[in-house]
Amino acid sequence: MNRLPAVILLLLMLTAGAAMSQSGGPPPGDEIRSTALAPVVSSAMELEAVDTPDDAGGNVDITWLMEAEGTVPDSLGVIRTGPSGEDELLAVLPTGTLLYRDTTALNGTTYSYSIVSYYRGEIAGASGEVSAVPSAQWLYSGRVGMMIILIILMSIILYYIETGKRGKELFIREIAGLAAVDDAVGRATEMGKPVLYIPGIMDMDDIQTIASMVILGRVARKTAEYGSPLLVPTSRSVVMSVAQEVVKEGYIQAGRPDAYNKESINYLTDDQFGYAAGVDGIIVREKPAAIFLLGTFYAESLILAETGRSVGAIQIAGTAMPSQIPFFVAACDYTLIGEELFAASAYLSREPKLLGSLKGQDAAKLFFIVLIVVGVIAATIGQFWPPLESVAEFLRDLVTVN
Amino acid sequence: MRLIIPLAITFTSGMIMILNFFIPHQPFALLGDNLQEWYMIVASGAIFLGAANLLHVHFRKIRLKLKNWKYSPVTIVGFLVMIILGLFYGVTENLPFDYLFMNMVAPMGATMFSLLAFFVASAAFRAFRASNWRATLLLTSAFLVMLGQVPIGAMIWDKIPLAKVWLMAIPNTAGQRAVMIGAAMGVVATSLRMIFGIERSYLGGAD
Amino acid sequence: MADIFTKIGNLDRRIIFVLIALSVIIPILTDLIIPNIVGAEPSRDLFEFVDSLPPGSNVIISFDYDPSTMPELQPMAEAVVRHLFEKGHKIIGMALWPQGAALGQDAMSSLSDSLGKEQYQDWVNLGYKTGGGVMIVRLGTSMRAIFPTDRDNVPWSEIPMLQGINNLDDIQLVISLSAGDPGIIAWVMMAGDRYDIPIGGGCTAVSAPQLYTYLQTEQMVGLLGGLKGAADYETLVGIDNGQAIRGMSPQSVAHIAIMLFIIIGNVAYFMQKKRGGAR
Repeated sequence: MNRLPAVILLLLMLTAGAAMSQSGGPPPGDEIRSTALAPVVSSAMELEAVDTPDDAGGNVDITWLMEAEGTVPDSLGVIRTGPSGEDELLAVLPTGTLLYRDTTALNGTTYSYSIVSYYRGEIAGASGEVSAVPSAQWLYSGRVGMMIILIILMSIILYYIETGKRGKELFIREIAGLAAVDDAVGRATEMGKPVLYIPGIMDMDDIQTIASMVILGRVARKTAEYGSPLLVPTSRSVVMSVAQEVVKEGYIQAGRPDAYNKESINYLTDDQFGYAAGVDGIIVREKPAAIFLLGTFYAESLILAETGRSVGAIQIAGTAMPSQIPFFVAACDYTLIGEELFAASAYLSREPKLLGSLKGQDAAKLFFIVLIVVGVIAATIGQFWPPLESVAEFLRDLVTVN
Repeated sequence: MRLIIPLAITFTSGMIMILNFFIPHQPFALLGDNLQEWYMIVASGAIFLGAANLLHVHFRKIRLKLKNWKYSPVTIVGFLVMIILGLFYGVTENLPFDYLFMNMVAPMGATMFSLLAFFVASAAFRAFRASNWRATLLLTSAFLVMLGQVPIGAMIWDKIPLAKVWLMAIPNTAGQRAVMIGAAMGVVATSLRMIFGIERSYLGGAD
Repeated sequence: MADIFTKIGNLDRRIIFVLIALSVIIPILTDLIIPNIVGAEPSRDLFEFVDSLPPGSNVIISFDYDPSTMPELQPMAEAVVRHLFEKGHKIIGMALWPQGAALGQDAMSSLSDSLGKEQYQDWVNLGYKTGGGVMIVRLGTSMRAIFPTDRDNVPWSEIPMLQGINNLDDIQLVISLSAGDPGIIAWVMMAGDRYDIPIGGGCTAVSAPQLYTYLQTEQMVGLLGGLKGAADYETLVGIDNGQAIRGMSPQSVAHIAIMLFIIIGNVAYFMQKKRGGAR
């Protein structure tokens, strides 16, 4: 009898629970909380949807803020409505996310977007809708300045190439290192020792290596004419293949195809210091009378140059690596600094088109010098006179790539 | 034909990459992406070319007993040992390939790099002469940077590290930028010459 | 007397080599310690930037060097990895140089064990990928497409810390430890300028002058230059008696030895010149 009230209460609770679950309400035990304290879940607001700038199309950027009041949602959903009117859930994002990029849109199609807030597995809040139309752009807006500069540079260089083609006399100052190439090869011939040509340690995709191959062709022709052996150890297999072709052609042009020895152009190793060790070994064993170090070099530059100096060779070096130039200057007889290496093909061949491009390169450099001087003056005086500061800002934007 | 095809490929590839840099619209974006992937594949393939050439050169040296042929078996054995160990054991730590790499290749490479210290000293002794005011200025800067680069500089005078930072940040940067701009202009001009087919000697026999 | 100066001027370089060797060996053998002082250096800038990142940031460390430059760059790698682990950041290791991946693995795994970090939760080594700057550009589109698995062939989808990382936009900092090319410059041009990712770096002392240009234009947030940069970072992180700090003693003595050689060489040069015998 004492247990009867407890049993009745239990039955009532069970019945009530069953009735609640049949009606689809919240699980038993939760009904008191849900009816008394239904949470207000924070929704997204200030929704913006824009076509993603500077892309190939198909992208829309959606950004939003979250309401400060309300319960933090468990997650957020990005809903897209296309032309068909059907809603599509694009993504479920962790709470705290404030941006999303839709990458599956079609260009020219209007889409509407909204952000819903999920709480305990159900949608508990939603933002308003915004629309956007994705499209592709024809130009990166952050690179217009660079494009203008490139067009100016190309125009200058092509103009001077045309000038050269028309036969106008173009003055090029003497570059000591290049003028000494013949003397160096001649010296090697007199001493009966080989010429060693080191084309740097980078691959054929490096412009300096390509410039080095150009000079190698000239040196090969000279060694063929003088009858000096030429050794070309390379650090990359593709460079070896190109060097073999270039040297072979040089010997053919000199009328000495029989003297060409393919084995004298060989691949050592890709490893930087393995290559340096191998070349040092060649220098110490073969004792070349002339050494050319032309191309891209890194830390091994001084190791090679000092070893070459120790055997008494005349050394002509050239690189556009600013960090290695001081080492070559200290250890070599002649050094081609920076763009002098690229000037070599024009200087040695004296071909009008190449000379023209060299002049164009110099004119383009003058353009940059003027730009820098104007920019420095504008930035300095602009601190005291705002109109010039805007000139400095303009120049900064012009040369900035985004 | 031997010239036209490589020149056409150079021109097309060069223009695609230039346009890809400025134009996001299709088909330039896709073409540029594809070229970049092809480049990565070709770069990987070149590794095999190098390995094949290495073996060819050294086997030939042994076969014909050319000068210094006795060093070639050492090269071939070293090459094959590392390849076989790498294939069988992978590159995981503490396995044979990694052991040989860390205990032989690494120290040998570091040793070669260390030669620089000796060569810098001998080059400095031989070449650094205060023969005029410019060379004297250079020497003074070198001394300040060398002292500022080690703790002793700060112990001698606390302004030395500041002088070093100033030298690196201002005069050095100005000089580096000048060389870099000049070299970059050379790269642009050379690249344009190659793209437009004006420079052809890198193709071999194309004058 | 003139002969002495001529002899000094033409000193056999092997004597110079021996003296340099002694100037490095003696401080090491005698355990000479010279305390490292960190001033207003670019190394401090990098340290402070890492400090300012919110915990749990994704940081790429690109190990772009090989064993020959390990003595300078490996101490940097270890100091930077330690700092990132202590700050609770996630490290994504990769390499633009083939041997860099193994050296990076060495640094990350040894410190991971000692600092109680877990691979795939706190760090991952994606390994080496060829292509240099081209590869970096592709990372800006999709990192998963470039690295479908990590260095140990574990698929991207099975690495917890990589879920939610799509491309470089999800990375808060890239630190390139580089001995040459491809390296810091490629990261600055292809990631920093294109995708606006902060780039920090560590390099050999020889490369440092060239990279100061990028510091000044704020294309880099900090730079560790050579062994001194590594020693500075070790000091700031609080590594007592780190490898780089210990290296400062022989480096100091060697620098002084080289300066003495230069002075002696100049004295001999001027004395020869005075006597009309200089070349």
